[in-house]
Amino acid sequence: MSAKKLAIIATKGTLDWAYPPFILASTAAAIGYDTQIFFTFYGLQLLKKDLDLKVSPLGNPGMPMPMGMDKWFPTIGTALPGMEAMMTGMMKAKMKSKGVASVADLREMCIEADVKMIACQMTVDLFDMQPSEFIDGIDYAGATTFFEFAGESDVNLFI
Amino acid sequence: MSEYTEKFDATGLNCPLPILRAKKVLTSMNSGEVLYVIATDSGSVKDFDAFCKQTGHELLESTEAEGKYHYYIKKA
Repeated sequence: MSAKKLAIIATKGTLDWAYPPFILASTAAAIGYDTQIFFTFYGLQLLKKDLDLKVSPLGNPGMPMPMGMDKWFPTIGTALPGMEAMMTGMMKAKMKSKGVASVADLREMCIEADVKMIACQMTVDLFDMQPSEFIDGIDYAGATTFFEFAGESDVNLFI
Repeated sequence: MSEYTEKFDATGLNCPLPILRAKKVLTSMNSGEVLYVIATDSGSVKDFDAFCKQTGHELLESTEAEGKYHYYIKKA
């Protein structure tokens, strides 16, 4: 029986949205799936050597905030300078206290488990990014390459 | 149940770390050997069951006592 396959497209570059692709890919690899992630647009932030991901309460009414702030704090307040940094710090502290892995750790586990990572060449060109900003061992390719793997995958996710 | 080859304490770790780290230990073990895992993540009960079903390892025992979950996994 050949291994099942999982193909993921990662399109988001915030701290919260960094988790689903790396959690799912590392777990799938652990249960024997051949796994590939195609990073495009803001998802490319997840491939940076220096991960500096943030989470923003702005425009994110579903985000639980401490002390019931999400209930009474005016939406416009979430746009205040420093809010993003504060929320990112609080989120990271919360994750650490609950034993949730860091994004860097999960990414490392994906690499160890041979999860194949592909950076969207078009996005790299579009934003004038440099391959030197990204971790080693990744491929640079386009949509056609994604479909080569996705077309024969058992699970395809767009995140 | 008390016989095991390796023990892995996943206390305090949250999804998906208990599974990922347990899988790592299993990789270093031989077929037929038993891994004993202790976890505090309540989601790990269904996850270890699903992990074993999908990988072919045998979940010999899954119990809960005083907020801790104990798993005995026989490597396929």
